[in-house]
Amino acid sequence: MQISEAWLRELVNPPVSTEELVEQLTMAGLEVDSIEPAAAEFSGVVVAEVISIEQHSNADKLKVCQVAVGETEPLQIVCGANNVRVGLKIPAALIGAVLPGDFKIKKSKLRGELSLGMLCSEKELGLAPDADGLMELSAEAPVGTDIREYLSLNDSIIELDLTPNRADCLSLEGIAREVAVLNKMNWAFVEFIPVEVCNDSVVNVTVEAKEECPRYLGRLIKNVNSTAETPLWMQERLRRSGLRSLGPIVDVTNYVLLELGQPLHAFDAEKLTGSITVRVSDKNEELALLNDQTVKLDGVALVIADDKQPLALAGVMGGKPSSVTGETKDIFLECAFFTPIKIAGKARQFGLHTDSSHRFERGVDFTLQERAIERATQLIIDISGGSAGPISKDLTEETLPQIQPVDLRLKRIEKVLGISMANEEVIRIFEGLGMQVETVSNGWRITPPGYRFDIAIEADLLEEIGRIYGYNNLPNSSLLMRSELGKAEEALLPLERIEDMLVDRGYQEVITYSFVDESIEQAIVPDDEFIRLKNPISSELSVMRTTLWCGLLNAALYNTKRQQTRVRLFETGLRFLNTNNGMIQQKMISGLVLGNRYSEKWSESTNKVDFFDLKGDLEALFHLVNCNVQFTAGNHSALHPGQSAEIFTEEGEKIGILGMLHPTLEKKLGFETQVYLFELDQDLLCKRNIPKFKVLSKFPSVRRDMALIVKEKISIDDIIKCIHFCKEDKIKNVLVFDIYRGEGVEKGYKSVGLGLTLQDMEQTLTETEIDAIFTSVLERLNINIKAKLRE
Amino acid sequence: MSANLEKILKQGMQALAETKDLNQLDQVRVTYLGKKGAFTLQMKELGKLDPDQRRSVGQVINEAKGKFQLKLEETRATMQQVLLEARLASESIDVTLPGRGQSVAGLHPVTITLRRISKIFANVGFKVVEGPEIEDDYHNFEALNIPAHHPARAMHDTFYFDAHTVLRTHTSPVQIRAMEAQEPPLRVIAPGRVYRCDSDVTHTPMFHQVEGFLVDTDVSFADLKGVVFEFLRAFFEKDIPVRFRPSYFPFTEPSAEVDIECVMCEGKGCRVCGHTGWLEVMGCGMIHPEVFKSVEINSDKYTGFAFGMGVERLAMLRYGINDLRMFFDNDLKFLEQFN
Repeated sequence: MQISEAWLRELVNPPVSTEELVEQLTMAGLEVDSIEPAAAEFSGVVVAEVISIEQHSNADKLKVCQVAVGETEPLQIVCGANNVRVGLKIPAALIGAVLPGDFKIKKSKLRGELSLGMLCSEKELGLAPDADGLMELSAEAPVGTDIREYLSLNDSIIELDLTPNRADCLSLEGIAREVAVLNKMNWAFVEFIPVEVCNDSVVNVTVEAKEECPRYLGRLIKNVNSTAETPLWMQERLRRSGLRSLGPIVDVTNYVLLELGQPLHAFDAEKLTGSITVRVSDKNEELALLNDQTVKLDGVALVIADDKQPLALAGVMGGKPSSVTGETKDIFLECAFFTPIKIAGKARQFGLHTDSSHRFERGVDFTLQERAIERATQLIIDISGGSAGPISKDLTEETLPQIQPVDLRLKRIEKVLGISMANEEVIRIFEGLGMQVETVSNGWRITPPGYRFDIAIEADLLEEIGRIYGYNNLPNSSLLMRSELGKAEEALLPLERIEDMLVDRGYQEVITYSFVDESIEQAIVPDDEFIRLKNPISSELSVMRTTLWCGLLNAALYNTKRQQTRVRLFETGLRFLNTNNGMIQQKMISGLVLGNRYSEKWSESTNKVDFFDLKGDLEALFHLVNCNVQFTAGNHSALHPGQSAEIFTEEGEKIGILGMLHPTLEKKLGFETQVYLFELDQDLLCKRNIPKFKVLSKFPSVRRDMALIVKEKISIDDIIKCIHFCKEDKIKNVLVFDIYRGEGVEKGYKSVGLGLTLQDMEQTLTETEIDAIFTSVLERLNINIKAKLRE
Repeated sequence: MSANLEKILKQGMQALAETKDLNQLDQVRVTYLGKKGAFTLQMKELGKLDPDQRRSVGQVINEAKGKFQLKLEETRATMQQVLLEARLASESIDVTLPGRGQSVAGLHPVTITLRRISKIFANVGFKVVEGPEIEDDYHNFEALNIPAHHPARAMHDTFYFDAHTVLRTHTSPVQIRAMEAQEPPLRVIAPGRVYRCDSDVTHTPMFHQVEGFLVDTDVSFADLKGVVFEFLRAFFEKDIPVRFRPSYFPFTEPSAEVDIECVMCEGKGCRVCGHTGWLEVMGCGMIHPEVFKSVEINSDKYTGFAFGMGVERLAMLRYGINDLRMFFDNDLKFLEQFN
């Protein structure tokens, strides 16, 4: 909503500056977005009258004019405009004037003729972006008057960003009401004398859609001059409110919309057939709108129709064929109330948003229609003449909004706002806002006016009190926090600890979009069912991620393309799975590494990172949660089949996966080096085993090493499981200290160096006992996995 | 002193002077002081003398031996010192070379900001709660007093999956879920990702919010103001001017927008604050009775407040970041600035 400050001050003129006024509005909840001057800076321009014109002797296009500017003698000014004529009143910039853009007017000679100023167009005064001639002023304009004064250009345009609940402030009157209450003063309700009815022509109106349109008023005005000129003051007010002048009839309807907040529409009465009906559209009806868009109606939208066809999209926009033009003689003026909830969304459905739909959706004062149609009639007849017929109407009382009084309890003001307020002040505020106030036993019974659709419960009234009193004037309290002992959940490691460890191990956190490119997602996880957005921003952001890898790979690529040769990233967040049991939103933590193991440095060799670097990082995470996980060879479509693993908890739940990005994908996505990835389930990862104390042995431990020859396909895990299978409780630890292939070991086999730590709780182990354990382990290894001691 | 002893001493001293390292020194020690060493033999000779002479001769031998030993120790100490110095010299390094090992990275500035916000509230007993990002229409809109066709829906630019399933447009549905799950008193903070179908210089289709709310008996607007003021001061770590401005949210009544004095121009007016001197940082208000109704909380007994803030915006103000889109480009050169 954009308004002229001068217009507002005509209704209410508090003794405050523009800045203070704007601050008041903002702080009352009518946020001011901007304040602009109504016209660019200029000076030295006055109303002038052309007295005589002579053709310039040296230039075909120039004329030498004598111009009265309110001095004793007329001035000679050379002018090239087409519309210059004797008797025309125009703005003239005198010598010494400064026009917008710091353009100074000096005494000059144009092809030999003296010119003592400049006759101006609207463009030259910064009032319009274009002009095709001099700005023509009314014949009554007083010669010699400063044009800024004459056009009231010393004005500000205030742009308000209103919240949807404050439809009552979508008019000058509404804003004036607020300003008056804030300044504890009265405001001037727009007064006018309704015109007399001069003929008895009527167009009958019938409302079929009574729920949607409880009140519909219309009247014929005959013999209007639709080419009459809209008075300058009205044009200026429209301009300052962001509306163009479109002829007197449309200008008046727009003016009343701004002044009172009531949208009106004028039809060319000659283009109507029969009577007017407000009805739900038929399917497949079409309507050509004023904006040259033709809409296909759907059997739901509300239309204004005559006996033949729909004429207008009710409360949204009029139709082109029945619109008022320069030839229009008789008009049918409509003024209606549409039920907000019924009209909401109708404009958007057709991709439209108009001043009219904006107001009807939020709520127009349902008691206003009579006054508004009279006001518009009066203005039309003032400007364009004509004779008004009687108002025809269709009213359905039952479907009008039902005003319910709302009770406000005195103690509630204190409880919710933390202040106490005198009875008189409560009454002043509500009456100032146009509400009826009745004092009742423990407070007030307040009846909102027809323009306040946002007052339905006590909290709404409390907001009004707080708003007018000033939120900033309300007290601040330091809330006494009822304290409660915090929890220190040991079985749940905070995610922060995991994140911190990754950061400490060189992983940079990233945040990527939860929706990703379907084609990349498809390449990574071809078997996943995606959850697809109905209205994505773009095809690159169209499906919900089923893994965080897509975003990580993108982020890595973004950086490798920017000369980063070593990238370590992680991200936490949800993945979205479409399963047979419905949609799952699962918290994950994922990471990616590529490039050198360490950042390039004098002290480190430039080895590339590999699977075991990544595995080491993950083992560190599992160490945090005191969890013995199992890594088993995995097969994931995005990973190298020989370098990927699945990770399971001791209970056999799958925590996640890690591995090398499949070389095919590596190439396809555009990486120039191997990429390693992991993804873990946050909930499973953060489950921490609370440590349980185990008694320590007082006796020394011994270590025995063995070098085993096993087939290549036997994994370390197989060997260690086999050793544990012996159920030898004296074996406290098994460690792999060497893997050897090559000379001395047959092809297809490997040598594994193991270190066994043995200890007994009751005694120092003797050599005989140690040998016995060693032998039994070897036997078991030989039976189960054909392992032999290396010679 | 016998000529012989004198000769031994002289030779010994000579030998000490000629030694080049500790090994040689030890050989010299053995030659003179070992079991068969020259001084030892001299002492053994004593037995052959008269008892009268033994004492005086013995004293002379001991004196000579003492002199030799003193010199020996001096030589050893000097040699050890030289050796130590040589070692220290050879082991000197350039301490200005960079250290070894894995470099440390950092958290995303949004996470840093979220953690700070959560910590400030957790300190006074707010519990951090999360909720789903794919949300149903009921929790995202209906239960928050935003029925279908409400004009507020138009402000939300919602991503849809179907007519009833959306990507949450704010963290407020967590408020509903928390109140459904637990009886008051409640003190909850809900950080997370939210989504709006909007993408330009100042909008990304995904961003972060923190929703906070408190429900108890006797909670007033003054309490809300107090908490918001204290939070903003804690977050910006200075006594920053704050103002409350009436606004509208369907799920709070009264509702307010909170502005802080522009941190860029200190209220003088600049491009960042649109020349107003103020920056909008959060929305808040008293929880709407309709919201309480939808979660079956008695709004006569309980009152509560809720607030919501944009995390990226707070991070931008805190760190002076001038382009929202940088948060999701994930350029390491950007992210590393916050490590």
